[in-house]
Amino acid sequence: MARKEYSFYPGCSSERRASASNYMVSVESMCQKLDIKLNEIPDWNCCGASIGYAQGGELPRHVMNARNLAISEQVNKGQDVVATCAACWLGAKETKDRLAHDQGLLAEANEALREAGMNLVYKGEQEVRHMVEVLIEDLGYDELRKPVVKPLEGMKIAGYVGCQTNRPFGIAGESFENPKYLDHLIEIVGAEPVEKYDQKVTCCGGALAFSEPEKSQAQIKKIVESAYDYGAEMIVTPCPVCQMNVEIYQGQINKRYGTKFNMPVTYYSQLMTVAYGGSAKEAGLNGQIVRAPRLEEIAAKGR
Amino acid sequence: MGDLNTSMIEKYRNDFLKEVEANVEEGQWVKMCMQCGVCSGSCPLGPSWEHPPQEIFMMIRAGRRDEVLKSESMWMCTSCYNCIVRCPRELPITHIMHGLANYAHRLGLAPKMNPTRRFAKIFWDNIAKSGRVNELELSMRLYFMDGFKSGVQKGLEMKDIGIGMLKTGRLNPFGLFAHKGCKDIKGIHKMLKKAYEIEDRKKGFVA
Amino acid sequence: MADMKVGAYLCQGCGLGERLDIKGLATVAQKEGKAQVVREHEFLCNSQGVAMIQKDVAEEGVNRVVIGACSRRAKVEAFQFPTAAVTRVNLREQVIWSQPDTDEARELTQEMAADYIRMGCAEAKKTAVPAINPAAGHNKRILVVGGGITGMTAALEAARGGYDVLLVEKEAALGGFAAKLHRRVPFTEPFADPQDNGVAALAAAVQGESRIQVFLGATTTRTSGAPGAFSVDITTESGPTVTENVGAIVMATGFRPYDASRLPEFGFGSSPLVVDQAGLEALASDAAAKGQAIVRPDGKAVKSVVFVQCAGQRDETGTHLKYCSGHCCNTSIKQAMYFKDQNPNVDTAIIYTDLRTPGNGEDFYRSAQRKGVTFTKGRVAKVETAGDGLTVHFHDLILNDQAATISSVDLVVLATGQVPNSGVDIEAKPAESKDGEARVQSVSILNLTYRQGPDVPQLKYGFTDSHFICFPYETRRTGIYTAGPVRRPMDIAQAVEDATGAALKAIQSVESAAHGRAVHPRAGDLSYPSFRREGCTQCKRCTVECPFGAIDEDEQRYPQFNEGRCRRCGTCMGACPVRVISFENYSIDTVGAQIKAVDVPDEFSEKPRILLLACENDAYPALDMAGMNRRVSSAFVRTIPVRCLGSVNMIWITDALNSGYDGVMLMGCKHGDDYQCHFVKGSELASYRMSKIDDTLKNLNLEVDRVRTLEVAITDIERVPALIDEYAAKINEIGMSPFKGF
Repeated sequence: MARKEYSFYPGCSSERRASASNYMVSVESMCQKLDIKLNEIPDWNCCGASIGYAQGGELPRHVMNARNLAISEQVNKGQDVVATCAACWLGAKETKDRLAHDQGLLAEANEALREAGMNLVYKGEQEVRHMVEVLIEDLGYDELRKPVVKPLEGMKIAGYVGCQTNRPFGIAGESFENPKYLDHLIEIVGAEPVEKYDQKVTCCGGALAFSEPEKSQAQIKKIVESAYDYGAEMIVTPCPVCQMNVEIYQGQINKRYGTKFNMPVTYYSQLMTVAYGGSAKEAGLNGQIVRAPRLEEIAAKGR
Repeated sequence: MGDLNTSMIEKYRNDFLKEVEANVEEGQWVKMCMQCGVCSGSCPLGPSWEHPPQEIFMMIRAGRRDEVLKSESMWMCTSCYNCIVRCPRELPITHIMHGLANYAHRLGLAPKMNPTRRFAKIFWDNIAKSGRVNELELSMRLYFMDGFKSGVQKGLEMKDIGIGMLKTGRLNPFGLFAHKGCKDIKGIHKMLKKAYEIEDRKKGFVA
Repeated sequence: MADMKVGAYLCQGCGLGERLDIKGLATVAQKEGKAQVVREHEFLCNSQGVAMIQKDVAEEGVNRVVIGACSRRAKVEAFQFPTAAVTRVNLREQVIWSQPDTDEARELTQEMAADYIRMGCAEAKKTAVPAINPAAGHNKRILVVGGGITGMTAALEAARGGYDVLLVEKEAALGGFAAKLHRRVPFTEPFADPQDNGVAALAAAVQGESRIQVFLGATTTRTSGAPGAFSVDITTESGPTVTENVGAIVMATGFRPYDASRLPEFGFGSSPLVVDQAGLEALASDAAAKGQAIVRPDGKAVKSVVFVQCAGQRDETGTHLKYCSGHCCNTSIKQAMYFKDQNPNVDTAIIYTDLRTPGNGEDFYRSAQRKGVTFTKGRVAKVETAGDGLTVHFHDLILNDQAATISSVDLVVLATGQVPNSGVDIEAKPAESKDGEARVQSVSILNLTYRQGPDVPQLKYGFTDSHFICFPYETRRTGIYTAGPVRRPMDIAQAVEDATGAALKAIQSVESAAHGRAVHPRAGDLSYPSFRREGCTQCKRCTVECPFGAIDEDEQRYPQFNEGRCRRCGTCMGACPVRVISFENYSIDTVGAQIKAVDVPDEFSEKPRILLLACENDAYPALDMAGMNRRVSSAFVRTIPVRCLGSVNMIWITDALNSGYDGVMLMGCKHGDDYQCHFVKGSELASYRMSKIDDTLKNLNLEVDRVRTLEVAITDIERVPALIDEYAAKINEIGMSPFKGF
């Protein structure tokens, strides 16, 4: 039996050949090293993301999330729901929150749920948590430090927390303006966090990267530029939208602004997988558009 | 859609605040704004809003219905939730902005060509179709929303990114044909249909 | 005390024994200070040390005690010997703690300590234990002027504290302004709805209190005397004038609304639909009496009300009130609720520039928002009659819409502010018109027979406030305390708190007066000023400059000290050109002797001497605290605490310069509009006097930098030593005084 077991909500971007598939690869490796078992919620659906509001409206959005949670209650009894994607976590948690405080909305959600298969009833029994919460709260920093066999010595990394892992719910005990947990995780894997990274919680533009590219890219430019200013060689993040936006648009930003950005943007789970002795492939490093050579070097060491 | 707008104007007469309280997600909070302006100052795209949230709240109370609902402003929301966590009155500002945008969209008043409105619609249709996001289809539809020619042009602009995503295994080249989606997609369709029915009934959007 | 016997006691504790040659200091006390008894102790403030001194006082006849230990601000209780005058020599905070603990510094530190011992002994010989004021008043009755919420509360609090009270109200009934309110702003949880104004219950409590005697329809037509011994004429409209004796006075004469007829742009006077807040209370009370909803003055129903905040207030043009009256935002919220609670469909808009609802008012504000009161940030330009109603034109400050309007308005309510009923402005210069109408009032309230005028001095905008942070309720008339909106703008809840505070101050005053003691800030001081009549030139400076109106003139035009009114600041002593005014324990000689006692080395010694006269209220504690923080400053400074810079007599400065001091520093409190002087005017007078010192210096052929006056605050712990060092450097630059050795 694994040391911890969770009902897992991976979300759309984590699917094979989707934009955060590399995140998923590294999460799997990390959890294996930490002896965490993730039981995927069968036939889960999209959370609606934030941008779903315009067409989706209120109840349909909550119903989408309620379906996932209701399946989880039925199949993965007694387990907390864990999401790796910030938007998935936020969407699911928001639904849990709203339905818990609005009996009318809860009844309406269940009325709609009855139309789906599996005889679903949402009761609100399970907590909805982000993977980072599980790591920090259920295992603790000390436990996370134990499996480190290849400290990422000499690496200076900017911990970019972004928005939705941080607001409006955030991680308990952390401030919205300057959360520290990502810096702690960077420290634990043996690298040096950029203490004064002033764009730590700046918005990358989210979904507006598609619809308002100029405005979003101005945001992303700030985020990457500040990392360079403070001497970081890499950005690390807990959010798939942040990762994608900050990484893949660097080429366009370079064209637009004449910058020469080439900053790798990775997930915390990738750092941990490498520090725990995993290979570059296990860490999903082959999924980087901007490669992370130092991390790949360390991963290759002693193999 | 135009009919719905007319019937709402008739129903609420000049009381736009009441209309917002009844029909907009978290709209009952609008009257609690104390006009400090922290939301406007905290918004990452603040300068791009013609009327930042503080003004929107003021305009709702002043009954400026058309100006609010036809505004591009709410569509600038990136859902970063900065305004929510900083609002001293703890107003769910992000949700109110989403709610207003959604309501304007429902009434057919939202600016037709607003790119975020169009993207949001494509996105929801995309997930409602199969239960999960089909990223390739989503981006293709996004590029081609203004027609074939401009789609090709945008596709070319995005070519490097697309190739990068493909090479790194983060985009499914066969997504248009081979995306699986949810098994119980029929159930999901029925569920969503029901949810719309309930919401429309509740807000008086149907007779 | 016929024979003077000086005992000097030197402490070795707190590091003094290690840092100083105490034996050497004992020799100084004996040889130069002429102390008959000199003793050292390793821990002077402990029971053995104190017992040792007590024994000398009791058995050896020591009646001047010089304590060479810590600051006079420390161990005050331990070093009290009722039959002996005590002089404190501050060897700890301002010698060893403000000098470096190094071998090189030892010599200068010892010289400093020796000087302070000389000064202490010299002071001791000029000082005496004060005899108790023979004119101390023993009346403990308290007069409250004004029967509104503030006055009634003060009367009840004093009565419940065991003091008899006379309550004088000029109207025919108790209640004041609050009695006219339909409801009051909530003062209890959950701060969500207007509450009963509470006046009836309070008035009943006052009437039922046997210690309180109420005079209705009455005014105070003459007030004379001093704390513990005031004499007051109370004149009743229809009846006779009675003369009553009281020990202290609480003046709670409240406010009147600013005259809305000065705001024609808002339609007041031209449209009956425009009222001020008091006018709306009247409409609401009328409606309530009839059991109806509030209606327009023409009897029609009200569907829309607009409240105009800051009407004639916070005015920057000089036309209206400059200040914020504090209560009006909550009052308008309350009045909007009158309508919303009767009928939620009535539109109520409050147009404000800044909504100020401090404390629990925030909950009240939120409650109004929940009830649907609309809050619009804007500035009203004009209210016009349009058809059957009004149109309000305003500048919407959020949307920056200059031409915003609200039309079909049934009532407009103007939030005009509070104008204090503070009587005659005794400092007003007739030609000047200040702050509009606020100042224009010539009917006296107290009719004081004081030389300086019939009412208490006003501070700002006609309010009688003293320094509101450090000493609220204090006026510049000892034993007279103001409370409520006459003191500063406030609401009912604040007025109730204010009334309680003022009642306590009045009680403190009658008790202190009965014991011949001073009140704030030299609370408990038994000394009082006396003057040598034969030397007086009747120049009147003392009677004019006393900040507290304590000195009148007798029939022969000599100053007549009302000791009970005196705060013991010594401003009269500083003012007196012929130096005939003194206190037993603080005089021209107590300070003069210290100045002369300092050993001034010759001009080739490279050891300058700088005299620092430091105000005991702020500067001296700041110096002590700098010592506690071990902030080092020049070893050439000799500090003498003074009661107030106002007490500094020019003779001290000329004496110091004549006897070879190289510089004189004066450190006092900030003066001017936001003064911090504990005696209100003392530091200002000192600064005025010092502005004339340049001529004196020129006559002496000295540089103007030889004297420097500085404003410091008690918090200037880092700044004070820096100022000293800066000045020491300046003296070093100008060079030694040419007057040494004369």
